[in-house]
Amino acid sequence: MKAYFGRRYMVSASHRLHTPALTAEENRAAYGKCNNEHGHGHNYVIEVLVCGQVNGETGMVVDLGALDGAVRAEVLDRFDHADLNRDPLFADRVPTTENFCKAIFALLGDALLGAELEQVRVEETENNFFEYSARG
Amino acid sequence: MIFLTRRAVFSASHYYWNEAWPAEKNQQVFGRCANRNGHGHNYTLEVTVAGEPDATTGFVVDLKWLKNVIDREVVAAFDHRHLNLEAPEFKSAIPTTENIAVAAWRRLQPAIDEAGGAKLSRVRVYETPEIFAEYRGEA
Repeated sequence: MKAYFGRRYMVSASHRLHTPALTAEENRAAYGKCNNEHGHGHNYVIEVLVCGQVNGETGMVVDLGALDGAVRAEVLDRFDHADLNRDPLFADRVPTTENFCKAIFALLGDALLGAELEQVRVEETENNFFEYSARG
Repeated sequence: MIFLTRRAVFSASHYYWNEAWPAEKNQQVFGRCANRNGHGHNYTLEVTVAGEPDATTGFVVDLKWLKNVIDREVVAAFDHRHLNLEAPEFKSAIPTTENIAVAAWRRLQPAIDEAGGAKLSRVRVYETPEIFAEYRGEA
């Protein structure tokens, strides 16, 4: 049987929404207070959903310790208490939560999670979240 | 198509143990979850059904009816129980979150099918707010 396993993590990070493709006024119009010069931070909740056959011996889709270790190595250690704008992944793209979500999916897609990556959800605040899935 | 979800909670104890393995391997694979006296969780169950709103009532299903089905089929069997010892499906399967999701699906599907309206779409079980498993009826 194919089942899904989800795990929620948190990182605290700062970002500033600003693109050199727009003028200062256009950045202000597009991003509002998210464009403030010195950035701001969020407690991001990262929800990782993996899938696979339920192992007959363990009753599990994935080894939780292995999943936690891979997510920690690839994502949490990289972004927790960091400035997203200074990460090379955001050298040429704006660290919106949409792009952050896609970046996490790409990092985890290359990691040895022990199960297939189905979806990444990033909650920027309690009132907004973004999802990116294996369906593209 | 509308997807409608009803939540329910139950509190239960369990432990992880594969009888085919020696004790050392159980402890190595399952860690603290293998403690033989068990431990407990406050589980949250999310049951999602899919269908079209009824032309007269505007309902996909009557939520009170769905609540009663969940209470009767799942909560009554699992709440304040030791899953390994008291739930028949876990005589032969380890009560992991994945297997609890599958067991809840199997308990719910006949009653939801029999009603002939909305279809069971997914069952999600939160073991803690940070850990959940989901079953969508896939092979």
